[in-house]
Amino acid sequence: MTENKKNPLASLFDAAKAWLTRGKTPYIFILCYLVVAAVWVYLSPRAVPAFLMLLSSAFFLYFMPTKNIFKLVVGLILALVIMPVIGVRNIFYLEVIFQISVFSALALGLNIVVGFAGLLNLGYVAFYAVGAYLWAFFGSQQLYLLNEIPGTAPPNTPFFLPASSFYLFLFLGMGVAALVGFLLGLPVLRVRGDYLAIVTLGFGEVIRVLANNLDKPLNLTNGPQGITPIQRPPLPAGLLVALRNIMTPLVGRSVTDNEFYNLFFYILALMVIVVVIVVVNRLDDSKIGRAWMAVREDELAAAAMGVPVVKTKLLAFAIGASFAGVMGVLFAASRTFVSPESFNFMQSIGVLSMVILGGLGSIPGVIVGAAVVVVLNLQVLQGLSLWLSALRQSDAVIPIINFAWKNLSNQLDPAKYQRLLFGVILILMMIYRQTGLIPAERRKRAAEITEIENDIENNNGNGHPAETSPAGEV
Amino acid sequence: MTLLDVKGLTKRFGGLTAVDRIDFDIDEGCMYSIIGPNGSGKTTFFNSLTGIYKPEEGEVHFNGHSLIGLRPDQVTSLNVARTFQNIRLFGSMTVLENIIVGMHHHLAQNTFTALLRTKTFKDEEEASRRRAVELMSFVGLRGVGDELAQNLPYGGQRRVEIARALASKPKLLLLDEPTAGMNPQETVDAIALFRRIRDELGITIILIEHDMKVVMQISERISVMDYGKKIAEGLPAEIRADSRVIEAYLGRGAAAEMNH
Repeated sequence: MTENKKNPLASLFDAAKAWLTRGKTPYIFILCYLVVAAVWVYLSPRAVPAFLMLLSSAFFLYFMPTKNIFKLVVGLILALVIMPVIGVRNIFYLEVIFQISVFSALALGLNIVVGFAGLLNLGYVAFYAVGAYLWAFFGSQQLYLLNEIPGTAPPNTPFFLPASSFYLFLFLGMGVAALVGFLLGLPVLRVRGDYLAIVTLGFGEVIRVLANNLDKPLNLTNGPQGITPIQRPPLPAGLLVALRNIMTPLVGRSVTDNEFYNLFFYILALMVIVVVIVVVNRLDDSKIGRAWMAVREDELAAAAMGVPVVKTKLLAFAIGASFAGVMGVLFAASRTFVSPESFNFMQSIGVLSMVILGGLGSIPGVIVGAAVVVVLNLQVLQGLSLWLSALRQSDAVIPIINFAWKNLSNQLDPAKYQRLLFGVILILMMIYRQTGLIPAERRKRAAEITEIENDIENNNGNGHPAETSPAGEV
Repeated sequence: MTLLDVKGLTKRFGGLTAVDRIDFDIDEGCMYSIIGPNGSGKTTFFNSLTGIYKPEEGEVHFNGHSLIGLRPDQVTSLNVARTFQNIRLFGSMTVLENIIVGMHHHLAQNTFTALLRTKTFKDEEEASRRRAVELMSFVGLRGVGDELAQNLPYGGQRRVEIARALASKPKLLLLDEPTAGMNPQETVDAIALFRRIRDELGITIILIEHDMKVVMQISERISVMDYGKKIAEGLPAEIRADSRVIEAYLGRGAAAEMNH
């Protein structure tokens, strides 16, 4: 493709991009963008475009060429100062960013399994359920209600464990989910491709149905009613007072304990995300990550190159599961309630569509995917629904075809089309952009490679790998 | 000294006996070729050696170890490496990464050292990258370390596959039709490369090949397979003159005509 064949819009875009990435402009641009967005959201907490602008500032921050320290500082300010203040001003936004962080963590975990190791897991949410029910069981009164009929807890039943054991259970949830992943993987990972998808799909349903039915003979899960209340970890009182003193003037009213809990779980989820990213990044650039990818690309060739295929897949399965487990514990505590309905097949598909939308194997892509799907679900679709229902209650008519809005069927409520939307997203992505919004990229090592190549050339004549000779070592 | 000792190896698929009681006795440092018409069981023989197929009968001893019942990765860790008839690279990994995957069982790192980024881990990674580049230069690749393997031209991909196999430090290298699809110049280069692998690295090579010119030029010993059986074995000159071989390749009538 030559330059002059480009359409004017594309060249305009290129020019804008060139201008934006030059010298100090990205710094100024990001700061202005962020300040404008933050002020806009602060002043009109209900404006959805303002909030979207604020969310997108994270995207610009990541992709524009600035120093890493700048990215880090601005990112921390955005995540730990701006978002909480705005979230507390409009508690709905806090729910949005909490869900984005929870689903990002889940999607990053699933990305290890699907994106890196290429194992299509349609029952990922089962591991999430394992973590959630683990804390739900031990962090509630359930252990004293084993012989009670669901819903008939005697008054003053004590809690089994102190609330602070939540922190221990974050790690236990991780371990138990990894163990379940490992045990499931043992028989399952010997099957390939489509079969694996079917088996994991079945497993996901098995866990949900177990949760639904294990209220008898022993009442382990309280059946379809779910377990509640589940304890939240105690927040240190001193910290609460200090935070309240800081937050109250910013927010403009006194902040409740409940809101602090929401903030706390949001930040905890962010911490899990950071851990996941570090783990994934480091494993990706090691023997483990290369083995995952080799198995994904060509299982037979990987085995022939000395990669133990089953062991490699098991590791991916278990690590992916462990992240779902820890998020499950966090979810149970943040909601103080779990029920089988939270872990249905659609949840698995939802997380999977985040991974595919964002880009299989791509960390920033998966986070963007999670953000887009959550925002679509919670804001765009619901916003459209509200707008439609407002129209329905008015006397407005659609011009030309003369159709009265109030005659519009309830069935056309956009919020009901979440599943349709997932389907459309997956179809469109598979047709037009299989690699996702932000495709995964391999690490480049051009400088190092060239250096070694020159080195070899300078040692002229010694071009063959000296230590390759196996005769030398045996 | 015998490096690979195969006795009575048999592999059946349902009623079809793809490899039928085959014996091989391959010396260390040999350049050995297996030829035969399409479907004569050559690739099945390779797959049975390397653990991809489980043979029904027979024994395989390599360098003092039995290879029967081992998984492919276990066979590789005993220093047997192979390439595939249709190139099987890890397409969306870089050339460098492809080659480093070949070193998998030589790397001492594990999940924990990788997570903690210990010094030994970093040193090992650096050394493996260095060795990968050395192997690239050995097979004649330069400046493509960062390319995705799938973006390389055909000849380049063949070289990467050989470098990847060499990365596992094999004593025995199994090459399955390595010059298939190459133009004459590429074939000449490939032959030179195989010789260097044998002479400079001391690696024993077994080659499945269709191109008679290549086979006759390079091999020290040749076996001929037909319908899963080994029908002849000997020096290139002997094989060229063997009537059974001509028959297998050209059919009985043509063979008879040639004798006239």
